Amino acid sequence: MTVTGTESALVDDLLDGKHRALARVITKIENRSPGYRDIVSALHTHTGTADVIGITGSPGAGKSTLVDKLAKTYRDRGETVGVIAVDPSSPYTGGAVLGDRIRMASNVGDMDVFFRSMSARGTLGGLSTATSDAVKALDAFGKDKVIIETVGAGQNEVDIVKTADTVCVLVQPGSGDDVQMLKAGILEIGDVFVVNKADMDGAERTVAELEEMIHMRENPAAGLNTGHHGPVDDEEMARVAIDSPDEEAWDPRVVETVATDATGVQELIDTLGDHAAWLHETGRIDDRARTRYAEEIRQLVRADTAGLLEEVIEARGGIEAMADDVLVKETDPYTVADELVGPVRECVDEELEP
Amino acid sequence: MSTQEREAGRQIRCLIAKVGLDGHDRGAHVISRAFRDAGFEVIYSGLHRAPDEIVQAAVQEDVDVLGISILSGAHNTLVPKIVDGLKEYDAFEDTLILVGGIIPDDDREDMLEMGVGAVFGPGTPMEETIEFVRENVHDRE
Repeated sequence: MTVTGTESALVDDLLDGKHRALARVITKIENRSPGYRDIVSALHTHTGTADVIGITGSPGAGKSTLVDKLAKTYRDRGETVGVIAVDPSSPYTGGAVLGDRIRMASNVGDMDVFFRSMSARGTLGGLSTATSDAVKALDAFGKDKVIIETVGAGQNEVDIVKTADTVCVLVQPGSGDDVQMLKAGILEIGDVFVVNKADMDGAERTVAELEEMIHMRENPAAGLNTGHHGPVDDEEMARVAIDSPDEEAWDPRVVETVATDATGVQELIDTLGDHAAWLHETGRIDDRARTRYAEEIRQLVRADTAGLLEEVIEARGGIEAMADDVLVKETDPYTVADELVGPVRECVDEELEP
Repeated sequence: MSTQEREAGRQIRCLIAKVGLDGHDRGAHVISRAFRDAGFEVIYSGLHRAPDEIVQAAVQEDVDVLGISILSGAHNTLVPKIVDGLKEYDAFEDTLILVGGIIPDDDREDMLEMGVGAVFGPGTPMEETIEFVRENVHDRE
């Protein structure tokens, strides 16, 4: 794609390190403003240097406070940080209060921590595209670390954290009985589990439950090599070795933190670093990127095709007229769909003909 | 661009800021909630922010509207600093600045001359403020 005029100037300014341009590009991405696609295309070749870390967990687990301390620690090491914090929006008005910025107290006045709030804007699927495009903008801008922070409550959030290289799930002590740990969902996606508020009662038990859950995952072999799940008898070791010959697998870790006073943050940073190193050493970083790009292409193609068909529907008098015809039994939904998609199918058939 | 088009095309983003030593943010909470219910995206700064923190937030979040709530009487020192900071980042031109709180009549003109879009005193109906934002938010390409 070629970039013209304003877009091109905006891309140049972003690559030059102008904060205003970065902020404006993210706004364009969020709004799907005309020209945003050209911008993201132009930025693509400049991406790939940032470590992208996704942080999710239930409301009140302490994500923002932890992100603040992570950003501070990275900054102390001389690295630059971008943060995207996603908050839910009202399905009725579209309004939202984006409240995470308030907890970024350690980094105020430091422009090298670029913190941006995004609202879900009620679009399933669209949000993860917008988020991953915003990550690209921060990456191209030159941020060393990009952190995506989102409330883990459902599919939407799982999609977002999938755009990260390393996924970190925050759990707070006493967040439920051990059946919670058996439930499917965000616990399956974690590379690193953080028991935050580790000074609270029940933290030890939560750590133990998480370690057991990790241990019982399909592929527990690698963890046994490091020995930090305690002694394992020979028989189990043998069984595990047969079940899962992949010695290179990542063994999810459990880290304890108290975000309010930065306890454990250094250890978490080391663990995140270990995971990043593992991704690069094993080549998994490319596997993850490939999967991500494939998914991205699929989503774009799906959205574009849907858009084209919306135009066809409009051109033929709109969906309500069609529904009326179905209502009076003049036709049926399958026939209508066939009529709408038929011409597209013909084009495709023609295109694919040898 | 009409109001309808604007609402369909993009979301109005606001930063509600508490700056300086003034520790009362009930008004800021009330306006944040009203803006949220009007369909805006609201970022609340939290209490006791320095002017450059507000500038940093306004620039990074690329807000359309910056609402500054001041009850302490320090508006004559704090607001100019924020305006200057926004200019430094080329963000002044397309940010609608509102000041709310206790602003003596004599100071209102100064605020407006400085580039503040409007000053809303106590008792301003919420609808009036929301309508003002919808009417006056700066167009962007």
